[in-house]
Amino acid sequence: MIEVKGLYKSFGDQEVLRGVDLLVPKGQITVILGRSGAGKSVLLKHMIGLIRPDRGQILVMGKDITKMREKELTQLRKRFGMLFQEGALFDSLTVAENVAFPLREHTDLSEKEIREIVKEKLSQVGLAGDMEKMPAELSGGMRRRAALARALALDPDIVLFDEPTTGLDPVVAATIEDLIIETQRRLGKTFVVITHDLKTALRIGQKLALLDRGQIALQGKPEDVLRSGHPLLEAFLRRERSPVVKEVMG
Amino acid sequence: MTGFVASVGAWTIRQVKDMGGMVLLALQALRWLLPPRFDLLFEQMERIGVRSTPVIFMTGAFTGMVFALETCYALRKFGAETMVGVTVALGMTRELGPVFTSIMITARAGSAMAAELGTMRITEQIDALAAMAINPVKYLVVPRLLATTFIVPLLTVISDFIGIVGGYFVGVILLKINAGAFVANIEKYTGLDDIYCGLIKAGVFGFLLALICCYKGYTVRGGAEGVGRATTESVVMSAVAILMADYILTSLLF
Repeated sequence: MIEVKGLYKSFGDQEVLRGVDLLVPKGQITVILGRSGAGKSVLLKHMIGLIRPDRGQILVMGKDITKMREKELTQLRKRFGMLFQEGALFDSLTVAENVAFPLREHTDLSEKEIREIVKEKLSQVGLAGDMEKMPAELSGGMRRRAALARALALDPDIVLFDEPTTGLDPVVAATIEDLIIETQRRLGKTFVVITHDLKTALRIGQKLALLDRGQIALQGKPEDVLRSGHPLLEAFLRRERSPVVKEVMG
Repeated sequence: MTGFVASVGAWTIRQVKDMGGMVLLALQALRWLLPPRFDLLFEQMERIGVRSTPVIFMTGAFTGMVFALETCYALRKFGAETMVGVTVALGMTRELGPVFTSIMITARAGSAMAAELGTMRITEQIDALAAMAINPVKYLVVPRLLATTFIVPLLTVISDFIGIVGGYFVGVILLKINAGAFVANIEKYTGLDDIYCGLIKAGVFGFLLALICCYKGYTVRGGAEGVGRATTESVVMSAVAILMADYILTSLLF
């Protein structure tokens, strides 16, 4: 579905991505795990063309997006949904208007139809009762739910998640993880999640990729990656010997 | 000494980079100008224009009033008080109307533009727009640029008129200048050209202030502090740019 080949990106003197090779399979949840500041967000933003690489290719559904003009890229982006770290909801619009926004911009649906879709998308994330609230009135977890509803508004083929559980307490984080798993099962679409939280990665990932020093050190099934004994993974594991890890390890 | 030279050099590089960035932003805005989004344009015109009318009313009135007071003080020495009206009218239409209006709009609406776009940048709302296949320059910058370029001349008309009325109030009613001579001299010596050139200047000032404020907001870095810095810089830079452009345009147009 998405294939990243030899991707390089520097900001000034700082080399963030140094030859990333990654394969994101269709219809699965791929998790990219890495330390804070490892360039995960930069990699994710490359996949939707928000950042242009210095070198390398990104094939989305077979087409190289690094060579696309802005207009082509805009067309392609309609097939993407993206959930930003803090939600990035438009704070001048209500929750319902936020979800309606991509529909109003890109479809010819009537106001009545839009209202129906908004209602449906928001009830799927458990926010049916908060439609008229402003983003500032929502908690961190609710903001991300609303952002997920907005990301799914146009029924995208690929959904990108930038640190969906960061800054949330473990209970809320678990509900967001459940929501991601449940949504992916229901829709069967391709999800790409970046996180620095091993627990989140193991809970939701069907494929796990390890981003270390600007490269994908390992990628594969979570259990295979876990058994590899990669030093970065060992460091993560030492930090949290949790029941989830044992469960996956068997 | 080297420290001083280095800081002057760094400052110069920063300014040149900023200017280059602004030209690029203006070119991008030009590219995304059509088809126009009237809904967004009218929304911005309402925010920038309609809501600024009271403050333009106040500044226009008091500028005209104090200008009448000062010119009357000077012209009385030559017994030429009847020229107060035309001095106020020329001063307002050619100079004070456009300049004060654009500086007030910078303070009221320009700073808000920089702060709003800056906050949208640091909270990734601008990225979110792009991710939703909406060009942020088309959606955010173009309507603000167009609205300000149209609105500042319109507000200048109000300011010019109210300023002259203020001048009339001070000159004729408070300082007892002959009303007939006051108005007749305005008619005789103030041409439409004076008004038009003032309005052209106002349009240019509007474009400049919107471009600077949008650019500063759009390119914010470094969290809440960055937004604060960008807002301050946008106001200072716009005010300086308006005064510099004023001199250049006046020497070209008049």
